[in-house]
Amino acid sequence: MPLKNTAARFGAMTISLHWVMAMGIVGMFASGLWIERLDYYSELYQIVPHWHKSIGVVMVALMLMRLLWRLSHVYPSAISTHKPYEKIVSKIIQWIFYAAVLSMFASGYFITTAKGQPLIIFGDVSIPAIISSSANIEDIAGSVHKYSGFAIIGLAVLHALAALKHHFIDKDKTLLRMFGHH
Amino acid sequence: MFKKLGLTVLAAASFGLAQPTLAKPETYLIDTKGAHAFVQFRIKHLGYSWLYGHFDDFSGSFTFDEENPSSNSITVDLDMASVDSNHAERDKHIRDEKYLNVEKYTKAKFVSKAYKKTGDKTAELTGALTLFGQTHDITIDVEHIGGGRDPWGGHRQGFEGRATIKPAKWGNDLTKVLGPATEEVELMLTVEGIRQ
Repeated sequence: MPLKNTAARFGAMTISLHWVMAMGIVGMFASGLWIERLDYYSELYQIVPHWHKSIGVVMVALMLMRLLWRLSHVYPSAISTHKPYEKIVSKIIQWIFYAAVLSMFASGYFITTAKGQPLIIFGDVSIPAIISSSANIEDIAGSVHKYSGFAIIGLAVLHALAALKHHFIDKDKTLLRMFGHH
Repeated sequence: MFKKLGLTVLAAASFGLAQPTLAKPETYLIDTKGAHAFVQFRIKHLGYSWLYGHFDDFSGSFTFDEENPSSNSITVDLDMASVDSNHAERDKHIRDEKYLNVEKYTKAKFVSKAYKKTGDKTAELTGALTLFGQTHDITIDVEHIGGGRDPWGGHRQGFEGRATIKPAKWGNDLTKVLGPATEEVELMLTVEGIRQ
């Protein structure tokens, strides 16, 4: 499989970014729910949020890479049997995904840093705060984080159901193309 | 609120000012605008140290009668979401429904009922504290710090109060989620009022 996309197929870069981020998003969502339920006296009380933040920062780095890659390389055209509305809806959902991942990062960042504390990932890598506010920014950020998170997972379910519908009902190559097929 | 005329004269004399005799209760607006008032608390973390925090949004007023201190009174309203312990994650967390549940219990309120002098500068202030939707009486140990003319044409009086409460009494037993050391919360209240 070539690294780069062509007009007819996805390349290795796009495909691996897609699947790594797909797993990452599910993992982030699950760990996010887990954090909400963790008991203060749990051994994992500090560990799970730490890994959630660390992986989250990696995810946004991958997201930026994905955007750059998409905007600077050929993007395969949709399969010709796709209906016009499917082409439009799938594009809209993709871009909402991208925006929502960036929103997850911004809101997550402010939950931690709104009062001036840095965001610390991977043990001791410190990402500095850019504000120090007593205006309850962390609460607003928390709501954005929660609703963006549910929005992403909702869209991911729609996205997956649509892929399965193309594979099993329409019997086209939509899903297989994301595994490198022509 | 709470002191003898002699002290006022003394305080006034220390400013080199003459203070007229004050005959009736005066109303003082708590100077939250100038942040000369603080609602602070401390609670034990794991039983190993004290964690300090404060509520930033509150307002109120008190009456002050030098001749008849037992008529002194105070009312304070406080916005629970304004809790601040200088750490964004923790503040978001303790506003959560598991802890202070500030979306449901948005306000706290204190309305005094009785004021009893216990010394020249000290008093016991009893009143109703509404917290987590329930109202129970508490007693605050009060110290009158000072009062008199301020340099900008007004009159001020200032007090400190301390009280220890058990949130479980208001139906919110923090020990269930934060451990046995969190049974008690100490309140440290500072008010400076500007005479209206």
